[in-house]
Amino acid sequence: MQKQAVVINSHDNVATVVDDFAAGTLINFFIGGSEQSVKLLQNIPLGHKFAICEIKPQEDILKYGECIGVSTTLIIAGQHVHVHNMESKRGRVNDNHS
Amino acid sequence: MEFLGYRRPDGKVGIRNHSLIIPTSVCSSTVAFNIAQQIPGTVALPNHHGCCQIGADYKQTLRTLINLGKNPNVAAILVVGLGCEGVPIHEVVTEIATTGKPVEVVVIQEAGGTLKATAEGVRKMAGLTRQVYNLQPEKVDIRELSLAIECGGSDFTSGLASNPAAGIAADLLEAAGGNVMLSETTEFIGAEHILARRAKSPEVAEKLFKIVHDCEERAKLSHFNLRDGQPTPGNIAGGISSIEEKSLGCIYKAGHALIQGILEYGEIPSTKGLYIMDTPGQDVESISGKLAGGATVVIFTTGRGTPTGSPIAPVIKITANKRTFKMMEDNMDIDASSIISGEETIEQVGQRIFDEIVKVANGRKPKAEILGHQEFGIYKIAPTF
Repeated sequence: MQKQAVVINSHDNVATVVDDFAAGTLINFFIGGSEQSVKLLQNIPLGHKFAICEIKPQEDILKYGECIGVSTTLIIAGQHVHVHNMESKRGRVNDNHS
Repeated sequence: MEFLGYRRPDGKVGIRNHSLIIPTSVCSSTVAFNIAQQIPGTVALPNHHGCCQIGADYKQTLRTLINLGKNPNVAAILVVGLGCEGVPIHEVVTEIATTGKPVEVVVIQEAGGTLKATAEGVRKMAGLTRQVYNLQPEKVDIRELSLAIECGGSDFTSGLASNPAAGIAADLLEAAGGNVMLSETTEFIGAEHILARRAKSPEVAEKLFKIVHDCEERAKLSHFNLRDGQPTPGNIAGGISSIEEKSLGCIYKAGHALIQGILEYGEIPSTKGLYIMDTPGQDVESISGKLAGGATVVIFTTGRGTPTGSPIAPVIKITANKRTFKMMEDNMDIDASSIISGEETIEQVGQRIFDEIVKVANGRKPKAEILGHQEFGIYKIAPTF
């Protein structure tokens, strides 16, 4: 099966596409050794992320098995995940210890 | 698992057998270079510093010069000094000599100028070379390897594929009891709290926070905020949504092991395991610092491709960008783009990288070594006065 996205850690809730893909495309990827597929609901450009499962508002976005930010709205599987619907927790200056 | 390594008198193991010339200051660097030309195979380190330095910057250059001489890939050392420079020539000689390796010295002002110092240096280097050129490697355990990991010229394939795969190789060596070194402090900014969770102790975590904090403060002295504007518009267009994501993409090239300690630039770790060295993100200064820390082999992930090598340790280039691998095939060693295409998993490529590290330890030369890339530079933390 051809793979079009990479999921780095089995706890991740996003996958990163390796080419530009149009809405409606079925994207295949490995997750923890098994193969899964998700249909894209939006166009996703190369290097961008989409949700591989439902993500609730204020839920952690997980990539590399770690929190890379928090969702600002409900995101459903196949939707684009980026600066329009997630925000960083760590972008503030001098915020080293929390 | 074993490889063939050169056991030095102090017990450390190298994978190359270099004769090295260390100029203690910029003023002796041309004479050092000229001596190296006369004895084929000798490496003279460039040194742009060594005088009119103060405080921590002076100590750092001194520590780095000494520890480069101690690197296990180095068999014999000639120290070349001017005579009046800030770096104390004879302290450098004595400290390197504690390894039990043969060390000689030439001082230009004592020899009587360029030609006499060069003649004396060539005679001494020839003598040193006769002592070490025929040293034979022996079978040693894989735990004797010291691996430095670097990333440069990153693109979206770095955080997605080549760095996680490098992390697998790092974990394999760390689990086998070897040394692994991660550096480039600038790139932890945004994910330092995640790294800190992996610190062996609260003291190590505190030290990690401190080096990140100090890095940001240094930038502010030049009115630059390293956290602002991250990720950059270019990163955002390329799909990076947060500074955490960007930073994690860099950090995971060193795997998941517990962090044993935080090293100053050019400092040698006291135990095995994963260490973080405080270096800038600039690749050449970063690698040079890790060489002083005793790294004997380097793996370097790149998205856009860079030819960077090092004078005393082989540098293995890894890219997951298929186009880069084809365009810069003269410089790229490992094609990790199969992760992107789905033909291989991150784990499979990580194992491939580890296997290549062992082959290089046993004598295979990566492309940067064949092409003679010897980029080198010592990180400076204060101006010259």
